[in-house]
Amino acid sequence: MNKLETSSLYQLTMVRFRLLLREPEAIFWIFIFPILLAVGLGIAFRNRPADVLPVGATTPQLAQALTRDPGLTAATMDEAAGTRALATGGILLLAIQRPDGVAYKFDDTNPDARTALLLADRAIQTAAGRRDAVSAANELVHETGSRYIDFVVPGLLGMNLMGSAMWGLGFSIVEARQKKLLKRMVASPMPRWQYLASFLLSRLLMLIIEVAVFLGFARLAFGVPFRGSLWQLGLLCVLTSLTFSALGLLVASRAKTMEVASGLMNLVMLPMWILSGVFFSATRFPAAIQPLVRALPLTAAIDAMRGNMLQGISLGQLTVPVGILLVWFLVPFAVSLRIFRWR
Amino acid sequence: MKNGLGSQAAGAQATGPALLLRGIRKAFADVKAVDGLDLEVARGECFGLLGPNGAGKTTTIEICEGLTAPDAGTVELLGMNWAADAAELRQRIGIQLQETQFPDKLTVEETLRLFRSFFRRGISVDESIETAQLEEKRRSRVGGLSGGQKQRLAMACALVGDPELLFLDEPTTGLDPQARRHLWDLVERLKQAGRTIILTTHYMEEAEQLCDRVAIMDHGRVIAQGTPQQLIATLGGEDIVEFAVGGANDSQASEARHFDKLGAGTGAPNSKDSPVSEVRPGAPAGHTIVEAGLLRAISGVQSLSVDEGLHRLSVTELHVAVPRIFAALRGQGLHLSEFRTHSATLEDVFVKLTGRNLRDE
Repeated sequence: MNKLETSSLYQLTMVRFRLLLREPEAIFWIFIFPILLAVGLGIAFRNRPADVLPVGATTPQLAQALTRDPGLTAATMDEAAGTRALATGGILLLAIQRPDGVAYKFDDTNPDARTALLLADRAIQTAAGRRDAVSAANELVHETGSRYIDFVVPGLLGMNLMGSAMWGLGFSIVEARQKKLLKRMVASPMPRWQYLASFLLSRLLMLIIEVAVFLGFARLAFGVPFRGSLWQLGLLCVLTSLTFSALGLLVASRAKTMEVASGLMNLVMLPMWILSGVFFSATRFPAAIQPLVRALPLTAAIDAMRGNMLQGISLGQLTVPVGILLVWFLVPFAVSLRIFRWR
Repeated sequence: MKNGLGSQAAGAQATGPALLLRGIRKAFADVKAVDGLDLEVARGECFGLLGPNGAGKTTTIEICEGLTAPDAGTVELLGMNWAADAAELRQRIGIQLQETQFPDKLTVEETLRLFRSFFRRGISVDESIETAQLEEKRRSRVGGLSGGQKQRLAMACALVGDPELLFLDEPTTGLDPQARRHLWDLVERLKQAGRTIILTTHYMEEAEQLCDRVAIMDHGRVIAQGTPQQLIATLGGEDIVEFAVGGANDSQASEARHFDKLGAGTGAPNSKDSPVSEVRPGAPAGHTIVEAGLLRAISGVQSLSVDEGLHRLSVTELHVAVPRIFAALRGQGLHLSEFRTHSATLEDVFVKLTGRNLRDE
């Protein structure tokens, strides 16, 4: 046995690492799930050519005029049938031939229907002989970095780091306590700090694989941009993981059963899944709760990662989210060390 | 030492007791788990704490192990105490706890390697595997081990630090008889090698088999202490005779016993509460009790107790006493409905001291 193998910190860390790798469910949630989620969201929100909008017209002449616009597809139907089709979402707009002109029937709270109105009116006016006063041309933009997938990848990364750190620490510790293993460990000469440190070290080891796999996939499959410095992104991931490890430790510091621990865990994580802007921007929440939303560690983590990846902002300009993360790391860690129950 | 059985440190320089407890008290809420306990264990001794579940054995051993703080009293191990020398003590004692579950997905070798890394000095992982006879299971995961193998692994984890003092809390509880014998062999070999061992058990035969000295505990106190032989000697006889009798008409008597069971909850007079001095064959709702004086008069009978119609005599010279007992009963016109004898055990000592069976709880 060499020197490293006889070190208790090394042994404790390797044990944690091995136990994690031997848990098939853990592998699924940590590695496979975020990739599946990214693939699913990537497909759902991929940038497609603009939709062709279905509309209806009461005369064949109107329908013909409408179909001439590439953004519309028109069917001929009488007014009663058209009204039914409108109500069931079959068409977005019905153009009705009246003796004195054309009437449009549509729901003005539906953005697609409003788009259909603009296109339909332009098509009918053009067919009737209107000419543009100014000539105009379109230049289309599909820029990487402004797509939904670019927005959601840092969110998923933050969510995944939160989940794996909290479950990884919380569950293992409560399980060890429940199985009296924790008591057995403190009955040995093991330094207690090393036991807790081994969780953090194995977490960091896991983090390297976890982040590399996920971001590598996002890069290769979707071309998600990395505009900021990679090592700063790495630091942010480490800080995020430490922060949620500390929260996991706090949750696990006294819980005696898995049921209590998972309840607490969900209590801590659920608000962040909803409020912290994983899937949509956290700025959409009312101003009244913005201070709360901003103070959550996951909001800070995701903001910082989006800043780094999408805008290329350096750590120096991210002091607010980094500061929030540091507080969420240090305070729960200190508290849990004080109240930790070893048996 | 090659096989890891004996401690290298437990040498000649060691003086004074391995363990000294004085006036230990511990209460959980309003339950007095340990209620004024004094113990002294010499170096090289195998000492057993014996008692029914809830007697305070585990609390006592965990106080010794520094896992539970006593409310009052002093604990001294190897001349040191937990307040001042915890780190040093942890290095020098080996502990096996009741019902520790090691991680299922680690192998035997990985588990031992982990525990070995906590100790500054000790035996090698290979030696500990060999001592616990787990060679074939070295690369097996803990989850796939049998109960006995898991218990031997726990023992190996307690031994990797080459401890001077070894604590085993109910090492064979829940094991099948064969696994129990296997573990006894292991403890026996550790004992031969001169280690100090302190174990708890509620199996009397285990204490008798393994321990040089035992303390019998009940309700948080030591109610008897000594070598198994000394304790058994307090019974006065080395054999126990147990019998029950029927009256002149046996079927009637057994019917009476049957009635007694049915009537026990309905306020029927119970012979146990009012010992009768005469034989009452066929008495309604009562056991047939033989007059105590008659039995005590038989030479060789040392003591007598009666429990639900079962007479329990401790006797010397079984071969002489038994024919006399038969003759006495025949003289009363009584038939034996049950009869058996066994060598006196610590179980009988416990019954004599408390009036209860060890495993009644």
